[in-house]
Amino acid sequence: MYTMNKLFLLTFLFLSVGIHAQVPTGDLLIRNGTVLTITNGVLEETDILVENGKIKRIGKNLKAPSGIKEFDATGQYVMPGIVDAHSHIAIDAVNEATNPITPEVKVGDSVDPFDLSIYRALAGGVTTIHAMHGSANAIGGQCQTLKLRYGLMDPSSFIFEGASRTIKFALGENPMRVHGEGRGVQPSTRMGVERVIRNAFQKGKNYKAKWATYEEKKKKNPNATPPLYNERYQTMADIIDGKIIIQCHSYRADEILMLMRVLSDFGVHRITFQHVNEGFKVAPELAEFGAMASVFADWWAYKFEVYYSTAYNATILTRNGVVTSINSDSGELMRHLFHEAAKTQRYGDLSDDEALSLITINPARQLGIDHKVGSIEVGKDADLAIFKNHPLSIYAIPQLTVIDGIIRFDLANDPADMRIYIDAEESTPSFYGQESVEGCLIDTDLMFSHQH
Amino acid sequence: MTTAMKKYILLLLCIYSFTAMSVIRAQQVEKSTYGTFALTNATVETVTKGTLKNATVIIRDGYIQEVGTDVVIPKEAQVIDCKNLTIYPGMVDSGTKVGLQEIGSMSLTQDYNEIGDITPDMDALTAVNPNSVIIPVTRVSGVTSVITYPSGGLFPGQAALINLQGYTPEQMYGGFKAMIINFPSSGKRGRWDRRSDEEIKKDGDKAIKKLNDVWERVSTYAAIDSAAEGHVDYNPELAALVPVYRGEMTALVEANKTSDILAAIKWIKDNNIKAVLTGVSEGWRVADSIALAGIPVITGPVLGMPSRDTDPYDQAYKNAGLMQKAGVKVALRTDDSENSRNLPFNAGFAATYGMGKEEALKAVTIVPAEIFGIEDEVGSIEAGKKANLFVSTGDPFEPSTAIKHLFINGWNVPIESRQTLLYDEFLNRDPGVTPKAVPGKS
Repeated sequence: MYTMNKLFLLTFLFLSVGIHAQVPTGDLLIRNGTVLTITNGVLEETDILVENGKIKRIGKNLKAPSGIKEFDATGQYVMPGIVDAHSHIAIDAVNEATNPITPEVKVGDSVDPFDLSIYRALAGGVTTIHAMHGSANAIGGQCQTLKLRYGLMDPSSFIFEGASRTIKFALGENPMRVHGEGRGVQPSTRMGVERVIRNAFQKGKNYKAKWATYEEKKKKNPNATPPLYNERYQTMADIIDGKIIIQCHSYRADEILMLMRVLSDFGVHRITFQHVNEGFKVAPELAEFGAMASVFADWWAYKFEVYYSTAYNATILTRNGVVTSINSDSGELMRHLFHEAAKTQRYGDLSDDEALSLITINPARQLGIDHKVGSIEVGKDADLAIFKNHPLSIYAIPQLTVIDGIIRFDLANDPADMRIYIDAEESTPSFYGQESVEGCLIDTDLMFSHQH
Repeated sequence: MTTAMKKYILLLLCIYSFTAMSVIRAQQVEKSTYGTFALTNATVETVTKGTLKNATVIIRDGYIQEVGTDVVIPKEAQVIDCKNLTIYPGMVDSGTKVGLQEIGSMSLTQDYNEIGDITPDMDALTAVNPNSVIIPVTRVSGVTSVITYPSGGLFPGQAALINLQGYTPEQMYGGFKAMIINFPSSGKRGRWDRRSDEEIKKDGDKAIKKLNDVWERVSTYAAIDSAAEGHVDYNPELAALVPVYRGEMTALVEANKTSDILAAIKWIKDNNIKAVLTGVSEGWRVADSIALAGIPVITGPVLGMPSRDTDPYDQAYKNAGLMQKAGVKVALRTDDSENSRNLPFNAGFAATYGMGKEEALKAVTIVPAEIFGIEDEVGSIEAGKKANLFVSTGDPFEPSTAIKHLFINGWNVPIESRQTLLYDEFLNRDPGVTPKAVPGKS
C-alpha cells in the first residue's frame, strides 16, 4: 500500500511538472501616474487598467470594474518593468566548466525560486531577467529568461513563456583561463577560441546534414537507420537554423569581429554581444551585421581586456544604430539598473527615452520578448515599476513592482517574510568588493585551486 | 616661391606636425594650467557658509583668494563665465585604492597588500602612481581628492590623502596619513562558515590576543624609545606604530559587524588612541554607541548589499543616514579603485535614503576635512582655502549633471580622460564601415 501511495505521488508530481504551470495573473488600476511608455512618449496624469495580467487600457479617468484593486500613483512615475539582459541570480548553478563546449546543458534546469536576490531585484523595479550560463566555456549552456514571480514555489512558474531560446558563448580571458590555463586543453589563446567555436559549428552543420540525408532516405525506406541523436550538436544545428539567439560574453574589438566572421560563414545572424566593452570601437560593424549589444554602464579595469574601455560605450553604440541594453551581471547592481541607465546622460547625452530603452524595450528585443514586455502598451503584459521621482534621477525610489498585474514588491508593505533565510547572527563582514568582479565565473574556483 | 622652397616648407610642416602629434600622444590628457582665475556669475555652494547667487570666486597661486558678490576681478585673471553654473568644493572619497591598483585581476599592477600580517611601516603614498589612467577618469566627476589605503592583514600599512593632480606623489599629497587597523572580526563569516561555536570563539579570542600582544610590544617600545631618547634598537613595525600609540597619528579602524564595531570602540577607548571607524556596514544597529563614543565614521560603499539576509534590500543605502541622524560624524567612501568616480552617486543614494542632500554633500566635503584635521585647508569654498573645486551644470549627485571646470590645488584641470578621448575618437569613427572589411561581406 505504501509503495502504491508513493507511486501515486510520484505520478502526480510527474504530471504536475509536465503540465505548464498556470501562472497567476491579476487585475489592477493604477491611477493618475506619469506614464513613461518608452515607445509612445510620456503621458501625464494617466491611468493604466490591468485585467488578467495584461494592460487593457491606458488613458485619463478610466472607468474600472467595481472592486478592482487600485493604486494611486499621483505624483509618481510608472515605467515598464526593468529587463536585465545579463544575470546569474535565481539559479543553483552557473558554469558547467568541464568542457569548452557545453551547449547541451540548460540553466533552466536549475532555477531557484527562493534566491533572496530575486526580492532585491524586484525592489529595484526589475521584473524580467535573463538567467545566464557563465563564461567559463567558449560555447556554454542554454540560458533561461525568467519573470521574477517571487513567492511562487515551483521553479517552472518563473519561466517566461514565449521567450526566445538563448545560449551563452564566451570569448577571451575566461574560457582561456578556465580551459587553457586551468585544464590544459584548448583554448588557451584567442586563436584557440576561434577554432573551438568554428569546429563546433562545423560539427553541428555536419550533424544537421546527416539528419537531412536520413530524412531523404526515410522517404524511400521507412526502415532507414537514423543517425545517433546528440543534444550538443542538435543545439548547434538549432543555432544555425536561427532558432536560438547567441548571447556572447566578449570584450575586445578583435574578438567581436572574429565571431561575426565565423557566424557569417555558417549563415548565423542572431546575436547579442554581452559586456562588449570595446563594442564602441567596432560599432559600425556591429550595426551593419545587425548584432546587438548589452553593456555595463561604467565597469572597467577589473581585468586587462577591459582596460581600454569607456563609459561612453552605450552612447556610442546607440548613436551608431546598435540596439543596446545595460545589464547588471550582479545581484547588487541589479537593484539600481535605473541608475545605471541614467549614467548615459553623464557619459553621452541620451534622451530620457533612449536611456530608459536601455533597460526596457532594448533588452526585451535582445531576448525576443519585446512583443510581450519592455514598453507600456495595450495588450502587453502588465509588468510595471512605479517610482517616486523620475527613475533616471538619483533621488528615485522604487515604490511598487508589478508582474502580470500582481504586486510582487510594495515598499509600503515590505514584509520580513519576503526574506527567506532568517539567521540573526549571519552577516558578511567583508562583503564590499565581492561584486566588483563579473558574476560570470561562478563555480569555476575549483579550476584554480592550485593558484591559492 | 621656388619649387625647392615649397618643398622645404612642406617638409618643415610635416616635421612640425609629426612632432606636435608625438607630443599629444605622449601625454594622457591636455596639460593643466596655473595662475589667477576669476569664476564669475556663479551660484556658489560654499557648504560651510550657505549658497551665494551671482557670485565670483578668485583663485590665485593655488588658493581661493576671494569669494563673494562684490569682488574686484584682478586684471591678470583669466575670467571663466559661470552663468547658470554652480561651484562646489571638490569631493573627497575617504577610502579607495586609486593609484595603488591599475587592473583588478593583475597582481603585478597592485601595490596595496604587502606580505605579512603586521606591516604598519608600509606607506601607500610611496606606491601611488601619479600617471595612473584611473586618476583623470576619477577627477572629471568632481572627485578631487581620495584616501588611498593598503589592505590585507591586521596592520596593512598607512593610508594617504592624495589630490588627483600632480606628477609626483609629493605633489599629490594632501597632508594627511593614517594607520590602517583591520580590527579582528569574530563570529560566523556567513552561511558557508562551517566552524563550530567553540572554534569561532577560539579564533576570535586568538585574533584579539594578537592585536593586544602587538599593542603591548608597541607600549614597551615607546617607553624604551622615550627613556633612550630615540636610541632604541630599531624595529620598523613597532616604530611605525609608536605615533598611533602616542595619539599623534590617526588610526583608521576597519570594523563592520555589530559585535566587531562595539569591540573596536572598547579597544580604541581602552588604549586611548585617536581613531576613525571605517566600513561600519552595520553601524546603524549601534549608532547610539558610536555617537556616544564620539568616534567619527567613514562608511561605504553606499551602493552595497545589506550585510544580513534578513535586512531590507536598501539597508546599506540607509546606513550612513541612520548613523548621521544619531549624531555620528559620517564621511563616505566608495572603497573602489577604477570607479571611485561613483562617489557622487554613492552620496546621492545616501541623500535619497535618509541623509538628505545637504548632509550628504558635507559627507564628501567638509566632514572628511574635519576628520583628517585639515578643515582650515579644504572642504568648502572659503577664502584662504586650497582651490579644490569644480563647476557643474547643477547638482553633482544627478547623473545628468555635467562637470564643466575643475580646479585641484589651484590648477585648472582639463575635463578629459582616456574615456572622454575614446568617446571623441569613436563616436563617429572615420573610416566607418569599409564594405570589404565587414564580416560576411567579403
